[in-house]
Amino acid sequence: MPKVTYIEGKEPDERERRLIFRNIDRKGWNPSLKKYLSDGGYKALKKSLQMEPGEVTQEVKQSGLRGRGGAGFPTGVKWGFIPPGNKKPVYLICNCDESEPGTFKDRYIVHQDPHQLIEGMVISCFAVGAKLAYIYIREEFPEAARIVENAIKEARKAGFLGEKICGSDFSCEFYIHRGAGAYICGEETGLIESLEGKRPYPRIKPPYFPAAMGLYMCPTIVNNVETLCHVKHIIEMGGESYAEIGTPRNTGTRIICVSGDVQKPGYYEIEVGKMTMGELLNDVCGGPLEGRTFKAVIPGGSSAKILRCSDTYNVSCPPGTDKREITFDEIPLDFDTMAACGSMAGSGGVIVMDDSRRMSWVLNNINEFYAHESCGQCTPCREGSTWMKKITDRLVAGKASPADLDTLESVAYQIDGKTICAFGEACSWPVEGMIDKFRDELLTDTAEDHPAATRNPEQKAQRRYLKGVGAQVGSP
Amino acid sequence: MADSAPATAEKLPKDLAAEKGLVNVQVDDTWIQVPSGTRMIEVCKMAEKEVPHYCYHTKLSSPGNCRMCLVQMGMPSRPAPGESPSYEDDGYQQISWMPRPVIACANTVAENMGIRTTGDLVEECRNGVMEFLLINHPLDCPICDQAGECGLQEFSVEHGRGSSRFEEMKVKKPKNVEIGPRIRLDDERCIMCSRCIRFMDEVADDSVLGFIDRGTHTKLTVHPGRRLDSNYSLNTADICPVGALTSNDFRFQMRVWFLKETKSIDVNCGTGCNTVIWTRGNEIFRVTPRENNEVNSSWMPDSHRLNFHYLHSETRLGDPFVKTGAKHEVSDWPSATSKAAEGLNRFKGEEVAVIGSGRMTNEELYLLRRLSDTLETDLLSLVPRLGESDGKLISADRNPNTSGAKLIWASKNPYAKLETIRQGVAEGKIKALIVFYEDLLADAQFEANDLANLEFLVSNHILTNGTAKASHVVLPGAGFAEKRGSLVNITGRLQRLNQAISPPPGAMDDWEIIRDLIKALEPEVPSRYLLEEVFAEIAEEVDEFEELNLSKITDLGIPIMKTGESIPLLESEKNRITAGEIVG
Repeated sequence: MPKVTYIEGKEPDERERRLIFRNIDRKGWNPSLKKYLSDGGYKALKKSLQMEPGEVTQEVKQSGLRGRGGAGFPTGVKWGFIPPGNKKPVYLICNCDESEPGTFKDRYIVHQDPHQLIEGMVISCFAVGAKLAYIYIREEFPEAARIVENAIKEARKAGFLGEKICGSDFSCEFYIHRGAGAYICGEETGLIESLEGKRPYPRIKPPYFPAAMGLYMCPTIVNNVETLCHVKHIIEMGGESYAEIGTPRNTGTRIICVSGDVQKPGYYEIEVGKMTMGELLNDVCGGPLEGRTFKAVIPGGSSAKILRCSDTYNVSCPPGTDKREITFDEIPLDFDTMAACGSMAGSGGVIVMDDSRRMSWVLNNINEFYAHESCGQCTPCREGSTWMKKITDRLVAGKASPADLDTLESVAYQIDGKTICAFGEACSWPVEGMIDKFRDELLTDTAEDHPAATRNPEQKAQRRYLKGVGAQVGSP
Repeated sequence: MADSAPATAEKLPKDLAAEKGLVNVQVDDTWIQVPSGTRMIEVCKMAEKEVPHYCYHTKLSSPGNCRMCLVQMGMPSRPAPGESPSYEDDGYQQISWMPRPVIACANTVAENMGIRTTGDLVEECRNGVMEFLLINHPLDCPICDQAGECGLQEFSVEHGRGSSRFEEMKVKKPKNVEIGPRIRLDDERCIMCSRCIRFMDEVADDSVLGFIDRGTHTKLTVHPGRRLDSNYSLNTADICPVGALTSNDFRFQMRVWFLKETKSIDVNCGTGCNTVIWTRGNEIFRVTPRENNEVNSSWMPDSHRLNFHYLHSETRLGDPFVKTGAKHEVSDWPSATSKAAEGLNRFKGEEVAVIGSGRMTNEELYLLRRLSDTLETDLLSLVPRLGESDGKLISADRNPNTSGAKLIWASKNPYAKLETIRQGVAEGKIKALIVFYEDLLADAQFEANDLANLEFLVSNHILTNGTAKASHVVLPGAGFAEKRGSLVNITGRLQRLNQAISPPPGAMDDWEIIRDLIKALEPEVPSRYLLEEVFAEIAEEVDEFEELNLSKITDLGIPIMKTGESIPLLESEKNRITAGEIVG
């Protein structure tokens, strides 16, 4: 393969391993089929068409690939959930509704390297037996939709898509579906409802597991853009050699999106688990801004629980070994350790905050987003997300009492685990994590006796009563 | 704890249950056997454990959105590869409980499953959901029609807080919106359970309701340019667990706790929807459907349920009238009855005809036939009332008791002789006519002149009408809510009409009117004192009624004949039950 050079100022860090992002910011690169073919494109597809579909799935299982959309579920296992003996059509959906705040990886793939995605998708379709696939692109990517549409046309013309792909017996068609701007459309069953033309209300699971009852009640596989791109590389290098990248159970590379208070924010493709937080933030991203120190990091998109940079974590690191104390800088960027530290690797959106940031403002900003994006289908999330936002509104304005923090925390736990979809966790975890790690700081923003904090007449009466009792006890 | 299955050859509970096609489920520490695949919430019902819920309705799909029915679920842990499952001394596997709650409404049970409807986790869930439902609720119970039958009031007693922790501004939404001719919407009261939306989609086949906006601003509304004007719209107010959808007709009329409930049936068509008549004093305030899975499921058409106001009409006949000269004069029952008998006695059998109504009860129809026997005439007929079926609950036959007339008159077509009678009247062959419950001018195409030419006309009515005006004797009767009796619907189901209110003071129960007429015409017939005696006579005579009495009919009725007719709505419901979409 030709040597890859990158646009000046956008060269990858030497500690990166560019697999998916190989062509991003590449000098002389464009999203055309011609470029992609000149770089050895669609070879993996041809290779996979020589295999049995089951073998392709087996390779993906062997690779240990875990979903890059946020939940980190093993992709091969997901594919295996299609009921055996299924007679209905199978659909594949590419989830390009990248809307988790702090995450900006998929957009580069669809803007700059659409054929990589198409190749990965055709291979995946072949593996799961899908004759029809949809690419669900969020409203906010109009240019990407155009680029991918164009790429689909090119691929169809060149015989990589459509009838009898590459001369084989396999036929497959792709369609683009545009979202209309809702975070919940990234939830796979919400996305399916949206694709069916309905409000994107996530479905209850059970019984509506997409692999059995998905789009139009047929078996459906929903995968993230990055995940589908990895499939191409797994076939190219073989599942076993792919599994050697990264660490056991956390294989391959993944794209980390760093935003916030660092010298060099941006996207970095690393081997999963091979790099630590400290290396990422201090070395790759160039450390904190001038005169600042790192205060806290949200490691996996805004719904992940916040981690305090000054904390130590008692976890098994590497996974499988005895537990030991590690500093924040020593946390490896993988799925399992991150979960053990009480957060999640999520979608790879690392949001960095330095000591200039006020946590009540940060929390309020996150709460506002989730209150705005709650779909409103089920009670706890619909009512709770806005309630939390209203409390932090007052917190930021200095109109909250310490008791409000307790209410805030209990509201979060009243949502967590009680909703139809994972949005309940997405909106309550930031609150739970923030209050757990930064209660002291949040308390400094409260005012014990602010009139706005005690509008409840019963609490008011109670307080008056207690004051009266205090006065009596105090008086001789 | 035993390591493996008991050494004895005794069968395990799971095998015993499997023989009967059942599974064992533990509900709050008690094991019960239920059919596999039953919804958890139904299993809890069988175990007599309450699971509060809002969105779940047995006749609608389960979206699982209210989250009130969260319970704790447990299953036996899966044995490690190569190991066989181990059983406790009682023969069951140990249940490992899941840390996350599950909704009882949409999940189904499996062998050895455990359900906890109590405990810290479940309580925490219910209290939390209850609090969330109330924070943006206007709490306007004092002016809300739903008060007294409101799901929020009901469950907040057990799961709510005494005071609110919510110190923020509540969300403002549209209030007092007329979304249809009969339904009004208060969006602030709505808890977004989506029952009404699902009803309109799945049962009424008129997808006119939906949600707009999202999150806490989600609002129920009608589709642009549409109104909730289906003839089934009032069912949405019935199933609305809160006061979001209320009936224009019942709005602000009466507090529900003052109302007396009488189980009865609808008499507006051959289906005979089961109903509850809600009354206070001698006034009806509303009629609502009552569940009967063999007749009307849980629903009924608006046009039928609202058709009770005429009972309180100003044109209601309150006294018997006798015509002297050209004028009607108020009379009393003994003289009106004897006037009628005297008048009828003047004619020979073939000069007299009797017209009854398909709205009359079996008992009345039976006595009407006895009356025609007494008068020695075979000119006895009903007035047909045909329309079109709406493909749901309204049958083409708008008479509620055609089937009953067929049985009791032993006639294949109880409407057959109407034309003969009409011609006879026109030609002057028929000189005297007795009419019960029908306006011959409006409903049977009789000419006013012909009626005027009759020598003697006796009629029974509820409201004044042309036939009453032409009558020599007018006998005011009782409406459907004012009498007892039995009817047979189009599918051949014998059902019971119950008395909710009394007829006006001067009116009488219809069966008594006919009884008295017979007695006046033929004083030697044995007296009949009770409706039950009339039913007993029917039971003696008609095979289908054999060994039955009014009590045996029960609230849900009993099938007594095969008619080959079916109710379309029930058929589509059966399909949905088979498909597993609804519990039924």
